[in-house]
Amino acid sequence: MSDNNTQATPEQVLYAVIQEKLMLAGLLLMFITFALYLLGIMDSVVPLDKISTYWRLPVHDYLAAINAEYLHAAHTPTGWAWLKFVGKGDFLNFLPIAILAGTTIVCYLAIVPGLFRRGDKAYGFMALVEAVILTLAASGLLAVGGH
Amino acid sequence: MLTRLQERVGLLLLSLMSGVLLSPAWAMASEAAGVVAPVADGRPWWFWPLSLLGITFVMGIVAVLGGVGGGVLYVPIISGFFPFHLDFVRGAGLLVALAGSLAAGPGLLKANLASLRLAIPVALIASTCAIGGAMVGLALPTNVVQTLLGATILGIVVIMFTARKSALPDVKQADALSSALRICGVYTEVSSRETINWKVHRTPQGLFTFIFVGFMAGMFGLGAGWANVPVLNLMMGAPLKISVATSKFLLSITDTSAAWIYLNKGCVIPMMVVPSLIGIMLGSLVGVRLLKVAKPTFIRWMVIIILAYAGAKALDKGLGLHLL
Repeated sequence: MSDNNTQATPEQVLYAVIQEKLMLAGLLLMFITFALYLLGIMDSVVPLDKISTYWRLPVHDYLAAINAEYLHAAHTPTGWAWLKFVGKGDFLNFLPIAILAGTTIVCYLAIVPGLFRRGDKAYGFMALVEAVILTLAASGLLAVGGH
Repeated sequence: MLTRLQERVGLLLLSLMSGVLLSPAWAMASEAAGVVAPVADGRPWWFWPLSLLGITFVMGIVAVLGGVGGGVLYVPIISGFFPFHLDFVRGAGLLVALAGSLAAGPGLLKANLASLRLAIPVALIASTCAIGGAMVGLALPTNVVQTLLGATILGIVVIMFTARKSALPDVKQADALSSALRICGVYTEVSSRETINWKVHRTPQGLFTFIFVGFMAGMFGLGAGWANVPVLNLMMGAPLKISVATSKFLLSITDTSAAWIYLNKGCVIPMMVVPSLIGIMLGSLVGVRLLKVAKPTFIRWMVIIILAYAGAKALDKGLGLHLL
């Protein structure tokens, strides 16, 4: 069953290389955006000295409160709504977080063609389904309900 | 060479960032403007992020020395002793576990210790169920989630206390499903210079168990290494090294799906997430260096006691007993 090869498969190496690059890019960007936010180089939607009054609230109340007091948007900022406020220091920090959370999707999509090319249809199909499921989770379509 | 360079760049970035975070400049900037507003607990706003940085730094050290993931320590401890709402703690906990896994994954995959063939079917089930767990967890009242979290943490304590590990489980014959999926591999055991051929058995039972593992990971925002390793190692018979490495890599997939649900629901506050990530990463770097001199058995007992207290505290909070 085993081919006695201690080397990682080409798909495994490709996955690792992409994961490493995106992870480093995400972390580097996170440090930069957080420094911009923390040092007050960029204005934030919620002032730094006010944030501690909100993080004790349940998420639903937190979003309603910051929308009522600062954002004044038609809807609370769920899903990808943070993109509208990406010019503000606090919301800019969602960009590297999204890169880190999106890394796995890119890795999966990258290995699918190689798996099918090598005739590994079962794994090609599973990788494709996983990418679709993660994309669905990322899309915001599943973020419903609340308390 | 490239790896060493990347390590150095990473260390430099971490040092710079922690320098910024620890610098009083950012706190003083707002104080100078006369805008430091004490909150209900009488502390200035920066007290908690700074405390978070300190405690996650210690957590990072303990996690490495105790052989557990940062996520499993993060959620019960931060939700039990910090003023943040559980919704945000779970969101941050998933991102902490995710970042740790993304950082470790490439090395483990390249070394062929984490197996993509083993991870792909497991991850498909666990990540799908993690989405369900996250949605259920965010729909339930906080006290119910807190109570269930407490019970789960106490369950993890029991698993840590009782579970034995097997370096090389005896797998007589691979089952039909793992044979069909060719879930097997070869790695070189550095200590003995031995080439180990491994295969797995009880694959259907293992995959079934990951339904619950994934669900709980999503529901509570815990990294699921505490469950992944026993299932991969003891139930499916993967060697311990392969199980630990694949589990670490697996978290990057399971936690991604749940993290997106928390992110899209607005459960992420950068002022909590970034200090936590920096603290855990710096602590892990120190922990790896301390590993040579520390007594792992003592640390493991310490982790079990901390988790038992944090689990009891979560139960106490969830049930409104106010005993702890």
